[in-house]
Amino acid sequence: MTMVADRPEGLEEASVATPEFEKAAERAASRRGFLLSLPAYAYLVLFFAVPLGIVMMYSFATRNRFGGTDLSGWNLNAYRKLGEPIVRDILFRSLWLAILTTLICLVVAYPFAYFIATRTPLIRNLMLVFVMIPFWTNFLVRNYAWRVLLGNDGLFTNISEALGLGERELLFTTSAVVIGLVYGFLPFMVLPLYASIERIDLSLVEASRDLYASGFQTFRRVLLPLSMPGVIAGSILVFVPSLGAYVTPEILGGAKTTLLGSYIVTQFLTARNWPVGASLSFVLMAVMLVATLVYFRTGGRNL
Amino acid sequence: MSDRGDHQVSEQIAAVKLTAITKRFGSVVAVDNVDLEIADGEFFALLGPSGCGKTTTLRMVAGLEFPTEGSLKIFGDEAGTLPPNRRPVNTVFQDYALFPHMTVEANVAFGLKMQRVAKHEITGRVQEAISLVRLEGLEQRRSRQLSGGQRQRVALARALVNRPKVLLLDEPLGALDLKLRQEMQGELKALQREVGITFVFVTHDQEEALTMADRIGVMNEGELLQVGTPAEIYEHPVNRFVANFIGQTNLLDASVVSNDTVCLANGVHIPGKSDLLVGTRVAVCLRPERAGMHPPEEVPADQQSVVGRLESVTYLGNALVYTVVLDWVRLEVRRENQPGGYRPHVGEEVAVSWTLDAISVVRA
Repeated sequence: MTMVADRPEGLEEASVATPEFEKAAERAASRRGFLLSLPAYAYLVLFFAVPLGIVMMYSFATRNRFGGTDLSGWNLNAYRKLGEPIVRDILFRSLWLAILTTLICLVVAYPFAYFIATRTPLIRNLMLVFVMIPFWTNFLVRNYAWRVLLGNDGLFTNISEALGLGERELLFTTSAVVIGLVYGFLPFMVLPLYASIERIDLSLVEASRDLYASGFQTFRRVLLPLSMPGVIAGSILVFVPSLGAYVTPEILGGAKTTLLGSYIVTQFLTARNWPVGASLSFVLMAVMLVATLVYFRTGGRNL
Repeated sequence: MSDRGDHQVSEQIAAVKLTAITKRFGSVVAVDNVDLEIADGEFFALLGPSGCGKTTTLRMVAGLEFPTEGSLKIFGDEAGTLPPNRRPVNTVFQDYALFPHMTVEANVAFGLKMQRVAKHEITGRVQEAISLVRLEGLEQRRSRQLSGGQRQRVALARALVNRPKVLLLDEPLGALDLKLRQEMQGELKALQREVGITFVFVTHDQEEALTMADRIGVMNEGELLQVGTPAEIYEHPVNRFVANFIGQTNLLDASVVSNDTVCLANGVHIPGKSDLLVGTRVAVCLRPERAGMHPPEEVPADQQSVVGRLESVTYLGNALVYTVVLDWVRLEVRRENQPGGYRPHVGEEVAVSWTLDAISVVRA
């Protein structure tokens, strides 16, 4: 008799699997599963859940005069501070830039994803590799590359000059940040869009055209509704990291366009106002949580 | 012979007229120089094995492919490069291609909406189309909640509601099981008579084509081999391929000796009419149900025969199929299962016989 799984203890050797044996085997399997995933759980609890709890604690604390934090006397002062014009502006600017980035990504990625999805398998895979090639280079490095492209003597200024549009200063502007964000997060839009378009039966497009729909009507009435799961997934995958983006605005943005990520860092490191930094982090996470929930609710629904 | 078809074509404008249509995909010739006229009101079948170009031909009429060469006219108007939404034709797709995110009603209304038909008119016509295909009560269902037969009806209603001048059907019954398919054959035919629209359908099922179509076009390897009524195609196939593809058949290799005599491969000269050149390699096409079987010495005087050994008998219930082996050919003879009559045993010598009008001589 060969045994694949460990025999549960306390059971006599039997030639058939009795219900008791099966139950015990199931319990043993789930115990093994738990033990195997324990390292991952431990890691997450230790380095994610616990620090998160600490951040939450700090968000209800008070900054003292010496730049330290008093952990006694819980209050909502840090959250109230988010209503102040300067913080509110940063919040709205970040939201606006994240939405703008998401929309641009959507408009750029959709035709591209459709194009990939309608190619032969070989070309399809090749193009998907192209989409992923940027990931082979570090994100930071790629942002610095944009600095060169957008800079004073960079490609963009040169083109703009050559076209007679005058010397356009792009670096350290909001536009530069949006360009950088779109560049950085475009693949996160392309891939889910591709996945959902690829699942659509293309004879539906033909049926729509056959039923007197123009190309645009076919997109509007057939393709877009059927690829909605991909649109939502991609939008959230771009929106969430754009909202909290730190590296790109730091490298490509100017001092005048502080965004949430940078502001939080400033609160912690420069202003030494940990409660405000912590409360902002939590508000940000709440927005992302809502977005993620939306994603799972709609992404899981099958059309 | 049926009189539908040919004379109509010459009298009025053809519903669909293909002139020297060729379609190439890269170096592959999918449709090769096809000429075809389909008359208004006709139920026309394009028949052939998969990959023969029949679907490509249909798609060119629909506007889903554009011909590489040639002219395509729909009711006299050049339509070769018109996009599908600007042609007065609608298609029932092979897998129906119903919009999964819409109800039955919305699917049927789609074409009218796209044509910006007035709202109240849409409601009426959609109801009319839904009752035409007997789907009342299922208006709010989605396609995944429908059976295969119901989906097929929705696809029909969705196309017919637009009152197309030509309805194109791509293997309309292919996805259905046998019983439903036979039912739908009759229904489609009745429906076509009721609405009076030209139907062009593509099928690889010769029985389906024979049952439903007024005329059939047989295709193979991109070429249109023969166009005719089911009886013409079945009884006078133009070549070996058509003879073989439509129904069961025995093909005896032969060559032309004169315009009413051919020489079988065993050297025997038999009567057989053809207008082919002397010496042309041909096949004598003898349908199993048209062949007779007798003891070798009792063949009637007005019949030709070959003698072979009975190899097997297949019992079909309503008929018996005898396989007779000669040293150069194997023949099948189908006899109705009637009491009495000649019932040879396996291993016996039998004569397979035929009258002159039972055979046709076809190009090899």
